[in-house]
Amino acid sequence: MPLAQELKPLEIDAYVDAVSLDAAVRALADGAGTPVAGGTDLWIQKDLGKRAYGRRLVNIRRVAALGGIAEEGGRIRIGALATMTEILESPLLLRAAPVLPATADRFASVQIRNAATVGGNIANASPAADMVLPLLCLDAEVELARWHENRIDRRRLPLAAFFAGPGKTRALPGELITAVSFDRPAAGSFGAFQKSGPRPALEIARVALCIAGRREGRRLTSVRIAAGAVAPTPIRCPRTEAEIEGVALDDAAIARALESLGREIAPIDDVRGSAWYRRHLAAAFLEEELGRVARS
Amino acid sequence: MSLEVEIAFTLNGRAVSAAVPATASALTVLRERFDLAGAKLVCGEGECGACTIIVDGLSRNSCLMPAVDLAGRTVRTVEGLWGERGLDPVQQAFVDTGAVQCGYCTAGMVMQIRHALDRNPAAGEAELRRAIEGNVCRCTGYAKVIEAALAAGQRMRGGGAP
Repeated sequence: MPLAQELKPLEIDAYVDAVSLDAAVRALADGAGTPVAGGTDLWIQKDLGKRAYGRRLVNIRRVAALGGIAEEGGRIRIGALATMTEILESPLLLRAAPVLPATADRFASVQIRNAATVGGNIANASPAADMVLPLLCLDAEVELARWHENRIDRRRLPLAAFFAGPGKTRALPGELITAVSFDRPAAGSFGAFQKSGPRPALEIARVALCIAGRREGRRLTSVRIAAGAVAPTPIRCPRTEAEIEGVALDDAAIARALESLGREIAPIDDVRGSAWYRRHLAAAFLEEELGRVARS
Repeated sequence: MSLEVEIAFTLNGRAVSAAVPATASALTVLRERFDLAGAKLVCGEGECGACTIIVDGLSRNSCLMPAVDLAGRTVRTVEGLWGERGLDPVQQAFVDTGAVQCGYCTAGMVMQIRHALDRNPAAGEAELRRAIEGNVCRCTGYAKVIEAALAAGQRMRGGGAP
């Protein structure tokens, strides 16, 4: 994709402290706004010219409608401003979708978890975004809003279709992430998140992998696999999922799954690890999780 | 010239206000406008925790917090731990156990441990070790820091000096 604008440090000539969704999307409507919530990504990136920033800083942190974690009619909705700490401690998520708190537990540090929001983790569109992986496994949708023709125009998009590349999303100019939502997983569902770094805390994943589904003896059904830092965006691995779906897991079945995973990921060499090492890690994570089921 | 924004907030129990650059961090404003040099700029990326402050009861990396978002909030820095009864139990425990070497990480460590003990005064060693995952000390390692944190917890629970 060609760069539409020259990338420069963040410069601001207007500030809006939005207190309602209406005020926030109006302030962002012309595409010249830069929304900020937790700041943990933006305040690092702002001086580096990593993005084409709008010159109007729009603080969305106090928009009550963008917060909260709640269930309604079998659907769980996490407001864009929910922090990693709120996800980690949410009684609803600990009960209904514990893979989300388990992922939050591996996310950065306490201080960053207290600030970083799920909306920001999605909007930043890092190929290594931790919280995106379990949400992909939950078939989550991202909820978006923008000010259009004098009203709030809302839409939902599958999270899997939201990312366009590193740091790039399919949000329209002026569009704000308002929430992420998914069907409450069926009783008996499981999910696991694995991530590699030299230490447990504060690591940007070299590779992360999330697997979810239902266990029936040595078989997995409704299998979902998502991987991070192995492609330009966080990805689902549908062919590997199909390889595993409903199959009694033994060494041969696990070998087929790992082979499939190897074809679905496309890691690169960078400062955090080589492509070869990333392939090794992704396979090791999947092998460990499938082995756990096979031995049960 | 970057835009300045007028903000008012509560800082260590006092109502304060300031005009701050829209792109400034909370850390810069605390240090340069309010002369509170306890929180330190070390990595500037949220990796080291030397800039830790407590905002509305939650610990934050002040280097990554937009200063404009301080508006309306209740902010506590290490300077605000000193009370009528002298040093905070966490500060006293750092003194008693000698948990300080060069001191650059200390204010952040103290604030983060205070945050952890505020949330769970009975926090044990494993929980306290996890609580300071975002705080880096390059001098001593963490043994005395954890020793101090455990002693502070005991003191806060009314157990007296260990």
